[in-house]
Amino acid sequence: MKTFAEQNFPGRLIAVEGLDGSGKSTQIYLLKRWLELQNLKVYFSEWNSSELVKSATSKGKKRELLTPTTFSLIHATDFADRYERHLVPLLRAGYLVLCDRYIFTAFARDVVRGCPPEWVRGIYNFAALPDLTFFFKADLEVSLRRILEGRPQLKYFEAGMDLRLSADPYESFRIFQGRILEQYLAMSTEFKFTTVDANQLVEAQQVLVRELISKKLNLDSFKRAEGVVVRPVPSPQKKARIEEEVE
Amino acid sequence: MKRTGENQIVVPRKTERRFYGHGIPGVDPGLLAGRLIVVEGADGSGRSTQIAHLVDWLEGSGHATVQVGLKRSTLVSEELERAQQGNILSRMTLGLFYATDFADQLENIILPALKAGFIVLADRYIYTLMARDMVRGLDEAWLKNLYGIALEPDAVFYLNVPPEELVQRNIAKSAALDYWESGMDLGLSRDMFDCFMKYQTTMEQTFRRLQRTYGFHIVDGTRSTEAVNQELRKKIGAILAGKLALTKT
Repeated sequence: MKTFAEQNFPGRLIAVEGLDGSGKSTQIYLLKRWLELQNLKVYFSEWNSSELVKSATSKGKKRELLTPTTFSLIHATDFADRYERHLVPLLRAGYLVLCDRYIFTAFARDVVRGCPPEWVRGIYNFAALPDLTFFFKADLEVSLRRILEGRPQLKYFEAGMDLRLSADPYESFRIFQGRILEQYLAMSTEFKFTTVDANQLVEAQQVLVRELISKKLNLDSFKRAEGVVVRPVPSPQKKARIEEEVE
Repeated sequence: MKRTGENQIVVPRKTERRFYGHGIPGVDPGLLAGRLIVVEGADGSGRSTQIAHLVDWLEGSGHATVQVGLKRSTLVSEELERAQQGNILSRMTLGLFYATDFADQLENIILPALKAGFIVLADRYIYTLMARDMVRGLDEAWLKNLYGIALEPDAVFYLNVPPEELVQRNIAKSAALDYWESGMDLGLSRDMFDCFMKYQTTMEQTFRRLQRTYGFHIVDGTRSTEAVNQELRKKIGAILAGKLALTKT
C-alpha cells in the first residue's frame, strides 16, 4: 500500500484516528479552520457520512440488523462511495483532504467484532494510505469519561453490545473501547501513526498538529488560484457550518 | 401400510461443507444440513421459471425449500434500488453495496435455512456479482477475498442462452431492454441494442472463466422449459442422493 504522495497525487490526505471521546474531531475541525483561513484548498470528509448508504446503515443500527460481516461491508460501502466520488477527484485536483477516521477505524473495529483481519484489509486495499495519520491517544479512562459524561445514552453498536461483552452498556462500552485501543496501538508502527497525547489541553495538541503539518507540507502549493470564487464543498453532516463560511 | 409417496422421499446424504474463504465468523459449516442449489444465467435465460418448477417438484417430493435472490435483503435492498435508479454510485461502491445485500441474506436466510435442513434455491449467487464487477474492471483477487464469506453450493447451474436469443426474449417480454442488463453504464455503445449484445457476450465469456474456478454445470437454456427442467431435476436428484458433485473442468 502506498500513500497519495507516493502515487503522485498533487493533493495530500490527512487522517485522524482515535477512540470515541479522544478529541480528534475537535482537532481536525480546528485544523480545517486554520487551513481554510489561509485560503487553501481544503475538503473535509467524515466516516459513515455518505448520503446514499447512510439510510441503510441507520436502519441496520436502529433495528439491530447488523452482524460483524454486514457491519463491516456497509461501512466499506460508505467509504468506497466517499473515496471514489470525493476523495480521489479532490486529491487529483490538488486538495488537502482531511478525514475524520480512515480505513484504520475499520481495521480496528471490524477485527474486534471478529472479522478476519486479512479479509478486512483485503477489502480496503483499493484505498491509498494517508500522507499523515494523527492518532489521538488519550487514556482509556479519559475518553470514557468524555463520552459517558456528555452523552449518557449509549447506542447499541457504539457500546459494542452486539459482542455480548456485558449486559451493562457502560461496562460493554469500556471493554469494547479497550479492545479497540489495543488494535490501534498494534497498528501504530506499521502505518506510521503520528501519536498525539490527547490528555493535553486542546490548544497544546493543536500547536503540535499545526507545527507538524507546516513542517511536512508545503502549504503555499495548496493556495487557491487568484480570482477563483470559493464555494465550499458541502460536507454532508456539517451543513450548518457552510452558511457561516459563505457569509 | 405406507401412504403413497412416502417411500419416494429421498433423504439427502450428508456431504462435506465449506466456505470459499474465511466464511462467516462463528459459523460451523458442518452444522448446515440442508442443500444449496444455485441457478445462474442472464435475464431472459429462464431462471425464475425453472426455479418455480423446481420448487413444485422438490416440495412434492417432501423437501422444504427457501428461495433467495439478489437485491432482496431487508438491510439494503431499497437503498440499492434507489441508488441504481439514479445511477450515481461508482463501480466499487455498487459492488460493495451488492456484497452487503448478499451477506445479509446469507446470514439471515441461507445459513439458518440450511441449519434447519431446507433446500435453498438461489436465483443467482456470488458469480453474477463477481462477473458484473469483473466486466467493470474490478480485480478478481479482490473479489475472491470479498466473497470468501460465501458458502460453496451443492450445485451451480448456469443457464446458457446466447445473446442473440436473450435479446429476442427480453424484447418479447417487455418491449425494451433493461439499462443494467445492457451494461449501459459501461458506455460500450450509444446504441442500446449493440450495448446489450456486447455486454452479454462479455458476461458470457466471464462466466466461462469463472466456470473453470467454481465448476458450474452449464445447461443449454435454449431448449423447452420442460427439457431444461428435466435435466435440472435429474442432476438435483443425483445431488440429493450424494452421487453428483460440482464439476470442475
